[in-house]
Amino acid sequence: MMKKTLIFILCLLIVLWFCGPVLLILIAALTPSAEYYDLARLVPTKLTLTHLESLFVRLNGWKATLISIQTALLSIVISFAIGLPAAYVLTRYVFKGKNLFRLTILLTRSFPVIIIGVPLVTLYLRIGIADSVLGVSLAHSSMILPFIIIISSSILGGISVEYEEAGMVFGLTRFRSFLRITLPLALPGFAAAAIYAFVLSWNEVFISAIINLTNRTLPAHILNTAMTSPDYFKFAAGTVMALPAMIFIFFTRKYLMSMWGISLK
Amino acid sequence: MIHHKGKIALMLLLPTFAYLIVFIFYPLVDTCLLAFSNPAGPLENFRRIITSGEFWKTLRNTLVITGIVVPLQLILGLALALFVNLRFKGYLFILYIIAIPLALSDVSAALMSYSIFASTGFLNKLLMAWGWIERPLYFFGFRFQDRAFWVIVITEVWRATPLVFIILLAGLQAVNKEYLEAANVFGFSPWQKLWKIVLPILRPSILSALLIRTIFAFQVFGVIWILAGRDIPVLAGEAYYWQTVVYNSNISSAYGLIIAVVTILISWAYITFLKPKSFEEEAV
Amino acid sequence: MSEVTVKEVKKYFNQVKALDGVDMKIQDGEFVVLLGPSGCGKTTLLRCISGLETVTSGEIRFDQKNVTHLPPKDRNLAMVFQSYAVWPHMKVKENIKYPMRIKKFSKEEIDKRAKETAELLNITELMDRYPAQLSGGQRQRVAVARAIVLEPAALLMDEPLSNLDALLRVTMRSELKKLQQRIQTTTVYVTHDQVEAMTMGDRIAVMRDGKILQFGKAEEIYQRPKNVFIAGFIGSPQMNFLEMTVKREEGRAELVSKGLSILCEEDKVKGLEKANLDKVILGIRPENILLSPENGCVPIKGSVYFTERLGGETIVHVSTESKRFVVKVSGDALFNENETLRIYLNVKKTRLFDPETEEAIG
Repeated sequence: MMKKTLIFILCLLIVLWFCGPVLLILIAALTPSAEYYDLARLVPTKLTLTHLESLFVRLNGWKATLISIQTALLSIVISFAIGLPAAYVLTRYVFKGKNLFRLTILLTRSFPVIIIGVPLVTLYLRIGIADSVLGVSLAHSSMILPFIIIISSSILGGISVEYEEAGMVFGLTRFRSFLRITLPLALPGFAAAAIYAFVLSWNEVFISAIINLTNRTLPAHILNTAMTSPDYFKFAAGTVMALPAMIFIFFTRKYLMSMWGISLK
Repeated sequence: MIHHKGKIALMLLLPTFAYLIVFIFYPLVDTCLLAFSNPAGPLENFRRIITSGEFWKTLRNTLVITGIVVPLQLILGLALALFVNLRFKGYLFILYIIAIPLALSDVSAALMSYSIFASTGFLNKLLMAWGWIERPLYFFGFRFQDRAFWVIVITEVWRATPLVFIILLAGLQAVNKEYLEAANVFGFSPWQKLWKIVLPILRPSILSALLIRTIFAFQVFGVIWILAGRDIPVLAGEAYYWQTVVYNSNISSAYGLIIAVVTILISWAYITFLKPKSFEEEAV
Repeated sequence: MSEVTVKEVKKYFNQVKALDGVDMKIQDGEFVVLLGPSGCGKTTLLRCISGLETVTSGEIRFDQKNVTHLPPKDRNLAMVFQSYAVWPHMKVKENIKYPMRIKKFSKEEIDKRAKETAELLNITELMDRYPAQLSGGQRQRVAVARAIVLEPAALLMDEPLSNLDALLRVTMRSELKKLQQRIQTTTVYVTHDQVEAMTMGDRIAVMRDGKILQFGKAEEIYQRPKNVFIAGFIGSPQMNFLEMTVKREEGRAELVSKGLSILCEEDKVKGLEKANLDKVILGIRPENILLSPENGCVPIKGSVYFTERLGGETIVHVSTESKRFVVKVSGDALFNENETLRIYLNVKKTRLFDPETEEAIG
């Protein structure tokens, strides 16, 4: 009984500690400004959407949100297009330097992305993709690609090679066997990986803020404007950024351990 | 025909190589070039940084934040992982709750803590409602750097502890239950079990958690920039400032390079001093 | 259905030699078992025949057609995998029909064959289920159905029974064998289980270190193993080996060791003369050592070291001056430990090996 009560109290504390701030910023974002600045008003009497509306309309939040979504989607496409073949090779072929390749990819994962920002600005100017969604997406891929390669090779590795080989023996080419047999089996895992990748790109701020000056992603936009905006806009922005990420993570919770565990090693 | 397979493998790896060259290798080289190029001599940028007076403060801030935040995250993360690993009823729910900050960007985490610590934030309102204070406490602004510092520490701990937690929990789940059962048979106390069995087996996970958290702590930027701006300068913040405000790519690159070098040194130190073998097995 | 010819096939994985010049000719409709310990190259050989591995050198022919460089899909093969590899995202009937659809069979033909094969393997009621809803044995049947429905040139099986529990394995063994006799498809079957090999194979190829050591009928390999390795690998309990000194004089040969002396028969004398050896290894199977004297048996004195009573038969370990022999007697027999007794070696059923090369001599 004692033990049960103790566990319950600890659980309560954990829920408060981790959910509290999220709930509070949500409330703050919905509190009318007059009530927010009233120190005597702890709990708002009514909630309003005006801050969210002005964030999106007046402060160009819509544009930034759209750019964020485009950037994230494009990063996912780029990373999968490049990373999937590499992941396939890692699980299906034996070759010299395979471990070295895997190690390089793992190290890239912890490579400080800060370093690549500045040179990319000049590179992009030269090749004409400065201040574009494509530019940021390509840069974001530097942190998403290693993740996609590692997680995809782990997903593919979990699918018996014999399924694919059976396809080959029963009349398919290697490529078609991959498409028809392995890919459908890997799809749920890939979807989770894509969502995770989306969150990575959606949350990234340094690169986005350095590379794009006008076409900024939401976090970069907020970083730049929030400082000079009233508090309630900051809260609206923080909420808008937090919610999609939380919802996405919720849908992939089954993969929580494998995704984060792997991506961090 | 015989080397057919090797050729296919190489072809499939080619895009990744090309990407790594253009987006990792080239920027790395270019960063070096930028950092070392100055009409007054190759080391001029670094001389300017180091003699600016701000630098030592910047480096100290970064080191102190890392030195406080990372151990705290490790202890809290380990405690949470051990707790959730008790597998009480509903532990999965708690697991998902703890995972919430994993989804959040540093920017929104910073804004959340701002909603609590702002002068008209929840903390001040609560303390006033209870009658503990009469005027709001200020946590931000140049005059209140020390307080802002601790808000930053709390925010970073809140934000990144779940990362450590997940890695350690994954490690704990891999601990063979029979080791612990054997320990029970031989009459180990819970404390002995933790020190003699769980922690040694968890060592590779602890190492990866430490490594990854330290590396990212050195790149800490979003939280500090939102909550304190340049009042509390850190390395990544300076890189950002010199690039986007002063438009001096050379100094910015020099800061980037300093971060890279420190990162490499720390990774190397960790891997060397904390049993490289188990880490390599983990990593490869 | 066709004849499968493997000619001087070598396979290297980087520097590691997996197949070291394999030659074998499999008759049309024959059931051939590749047998050997793990790492002997049996699976690699099967995969080279399937085309899943490319050979480093050598040639593989189906009838007169050279298939060495053809991808698996163009070899007209079917395969049953160790994990069955029944595609989990397709229902049983799709698993069976899909390969036929790839090969562009007509709709009627596909339905007809699927129905017949399902009946043959007793899986008609399972056709609408997903593999996850099947037991291991059922999945195995589906895998076999998927393979034979194509009426392939050759049927390849890679340890198909190793994932089944012991009881089911015995049943499936006879069922597979009967099925193969009925459809008469050339079959190559990989296993490390000698009982499976002995009971199923028309011929057995015993492999080690990427080579085929002996290729022949089961009784031939059991009775006349070509070397010490095969003699020891096949048969349980293992064959008894004993190093003996050869004493030769004028057309006679005697094998001697402590407490034991065997006068060789004519055919063995010739072999010994040809080999010109001072020492030989004598091999004798546990069932060829008797507890009562019979014609042509040589006695040796010993004492009981240990007894394994298996009910239907009894394994007695008997210590003698020169060696501890393992003796198999039928029925349940009771012995006391250290009980002294005489055992009788049936000399006719011994086999001699060269101690240097470990090859059999006559």
